[in-house]
Parts: sequence; C-alpha cells; structure tokens
Amino acid sequence: MQQARDPWRAARLVDPAGSQSPPEAARPPRPATLIAELSYQCPLHCPYCSNPLDIGHEKYRQELETEHWLRTFREARALGVLQLALTGGEPMLRRDLDELCAGARDAGLYSSLITAGLHLTRERAEALKAAGLDHVQISIQSPDAAENDRIAGNRSFEKKIAAAHVVKELDLPLTINCVLHRQNLDRVEELLDLALDLGAQRLELANTQYYGWAVANQDALMPSWEQLRRAEEAVQRFRERVGPKVDVLWVLPDFYEDLPKPCMGGWGRTAMVVAPNGDVLPCQAASTIPGLEFANVREHPLAWIWNESGAFTRFRGTDWMQEPCRTCPLGRQEVDFGGCRCQAVRMTGDAAATDPVCRFSPHHDRIVAARESAQTDEFVYRSIKRPVRV
Amino acid sequence: MIRPRLVTGARLQYDDVREEHLLLVPEGAVRLNPTAAAVLELCDGERSVDEIVSALSERYEGADLRDDVHGLVDGLSERGLVVDAAG
Repeated sequence: MQQARDPWRAARLVDPAGSQSPPEAARPPRPATLIAELSYQCPLHCPYCSNPLDIGHEKYRQELETEHWLRTFREARALGVLQLALTGGEPMLRRDLDELCAGARDAGLYSSLITAGLHLTRERAEALKAAGLDHVQISIQSPDAAENDRIAGNRSFEKKIAAAHVVKELDLPLTINCVLHRQNLDRVEELLDLALDLGAQRLELANTQYYGWAVANQDALMPSWEQLRRAEEAVQRFRERVGPKVDVLWVLPDFYEDLPKPCMGGWGRTAMVVAPNGDVLPCQAASTIPGLEFANVREHPLAWIWNESGAFTRFRGTDWMQEPCRTCPLGRQEVDFGGCRCQAVRMTGDAAATDPVCRFSPHHDRIVAARESAQTDEFVYRSIKRPVRV
Repeated sequence: MIRPRLVTGARLQYDDVREEHLLLVPEGAVRLNPTAAAVLELCDGERSVDEIVSALSERYEGADLRDDVHGLVDGLSERGLVVDAAG
C-alpha cells in the first residue's frame, strides 16, 4: 500500500448492525470492511507505508490465486462485509484485477481501488469500470510535483494527475488521499485546491500513523503542533467555502491527542485485513504483536477466522483489558476499545496495555516526548529488496 | 432541487445479512428505512420531486407523502448524497 491507512477510518463506516441488541450481544459483531492487500509489489517507496517492514519476506511471495480471493469476497459478504478496499502495495499490478472487481460486484460488495495511479490508463480504467469497480482512490504525496516525487521516491506526479482526470472522464467517484506529515503539512491549502480542481468528491487527509515504515521515519515525519493547527484552519475555511461538494476527512494524529481512538473501530469488530498470502489480520500492523498467529484463507473458512480464531478473539470486546482501562474513569471501554494494540506494544512492550496516547496511561509521557522527535529530512524509503532494521 | 439523482458512485442495495436497505457510498453505508429506499429508487435524475411524490402516493394508496419526500431529499442533499440532475 502506498499510503498509511488511517486506522481510525474503519470506524467511520458505521456498522449498520449498530450496537447489538442484548440477546445477541454474545455473538461476534458483524464486520463491515474487508481490506484486501492484493500484492506488496509497488512502484512507489513512500517512507510511511503501512505495509510490514518485512514485505520482502518469502512468506509474502506466494500470493493468493484468483479463486481464493473470489471465495474470500463471497464469504466476507455472508459475514456482513459491505465495503471492499482493493489495495496493496499497488493492486493494479495484479493481472486478474478485472476479474476480482467483477467477483466483488457479484458478491454484493462495494469496491474501492486504492492506487498510486501510475498504471491507470483510460483503457485500464474502462475495463475496471465495466467489470464493476465502484470507486477509485488515488494517492498524492504532495500537491507540488517535485515534492510529490521526492516523497514517493519515484517520478509519479504527472501520471497521478492524468489518472485522476481519467477517473472523472469515466464518471467514477474519485477520492484523493494524501498522507500528511512534517514534510507536506504546510501545503494543505494547495492540496485542497488541487482536489477541487480535479473534481474529487472526497479528500482524505490522513495524518501519518506510526506503524509500518513510518516508525523507521518518525524523525522526518512527526509534525509540529503549529503545522497541525494551521492545516486544520485551512480545512475549516475550505469546508465553509466549498460545502458538501468535496467531503474533506481530517483527523488529528494520535500523538497530539490525549484520549485514544478506537483503532480499526475496535479489535475484530468492524474490519479485517487479508495479506497478499492469505493471512487474515485484525489490522495492517497486527503482525508486529508478538505471539499472535494468523489463520489463512487457504486453510480456514473466513467465518471461523473472524468468529473464533485466536488473533481475532485475543483483544475483542473488553474482557482482556487491564488497568487503567478496566476501571476507565471516563467509561470509554466501548468508545475507544483501549485504543491501538500495535501502539501499545511498540511503546510499552505490552500489547494488552492501555494505548499510551491515553492521558490515564502510565506511559503517556512517552507520547508527549515523541512530539519532540529529532528532526531530519532524510527518509528511509520503502523497499521490498532491502531489509531494514528499526 | 428539481430532478434529484444519487451522487456519482452511490449504490442502493438490500443487505440480506442485516435485512435492511442501504445506500452504499465510497467507504460508507447509510441505513435506510423502507420509505427512504422507495424514494431513492425513484431519484433517477428524470423525475421531479413532485413526480416522485405522486408516484409514491399512488403506490401507498393516496397517502400524503409530500413533506416526507421533500424532507428526505433535502436532508440527503445537504449531506451530498443526492444531487440535482438539472443543476
């Protein structure tokens, strides 16, 4: 995947099942979103990519066959999934993408292509639309061409703009996504105007989340409070000026909050991620949690993986919580579900600890200290070949 | 609002798992009651709001749905989910 997906966004998809009615409360919640990482191959090298650092590992080389994906889509729909994100790496590098889009439509899923846009020619876009693709999201690294190319580690800006025009010409809904960080936050105003010019229906301003490759680049990515404040003001002015024509999604980054977000809408509650090799994870970064084993769609029905597998039940609900979550003074156990497990393990060493973003966490000072990250403009670029140690 | 239609990319679907009508949009879903679903099925960019009202009144045996339909279309329009095909 070429951009860090904001783990908060899965929560915005309100599960139409809503809060479970009391007699059914014991059964697992219904998922609404399937994030299908079709391949970890990607022409870009974004330094905040949410893919695991070991994307080059041989376990990811054996990508799922077409039939595996099509069966997974049908099983996901039967569980309640409505939204399918076709992502990666770069999903357009899968040769069977047309077939996968058709299979998603047949299954009754709403499909979104999350792409860098480099391969989205008019011909390819027409074929995908004819197959049943519902929506295209194109990543932009910066509204400035040179800066875009520096962040992406690849000359790509012009192709992205051309791809956005193609999407509009075909009357497909267009989302522009830009992952924000210290290197591009001062251009939010230009970015908003670019999205408007391109005719985007949605602009996703995703402040970097520190997992995957972003951990290796935290010193180059961590923004200042002043940058965030100015960007937020620009978003507010734009919303007042443009109205609902462009839906701008803006979420303050975790590190500047003092209450955690319900990561992925709660563990094993609304979303699941299928890696290129068929491993099913509760979030993109869950492989950083020691001791979790991920069941694979080649070997198990998706319903069993969602309802019963160890990885999905480990932090589901609230029974696993420790103090201070267990007796949360704000009663937020079912509001934020303890926050992000990956952040907890990375910053406290304990995956069952309260997310240190929380002001009640005994480790909250580590979040405050991280805001003052040593600043550099040098990136460690995402690479599938080069092993990286953090 | 003269001739309402669903915004580009919005798709009506009956969810047979949850047994309810939904409006699917990029990375989201809006729950619809049966009346709202019936209204949105008629928002095809051809009919006017008044034509939608009369089509539904016929279906529901003369019920006065004028306020309901206008309220629903206006509400969805404010959220950017319904747009004017005439505009």
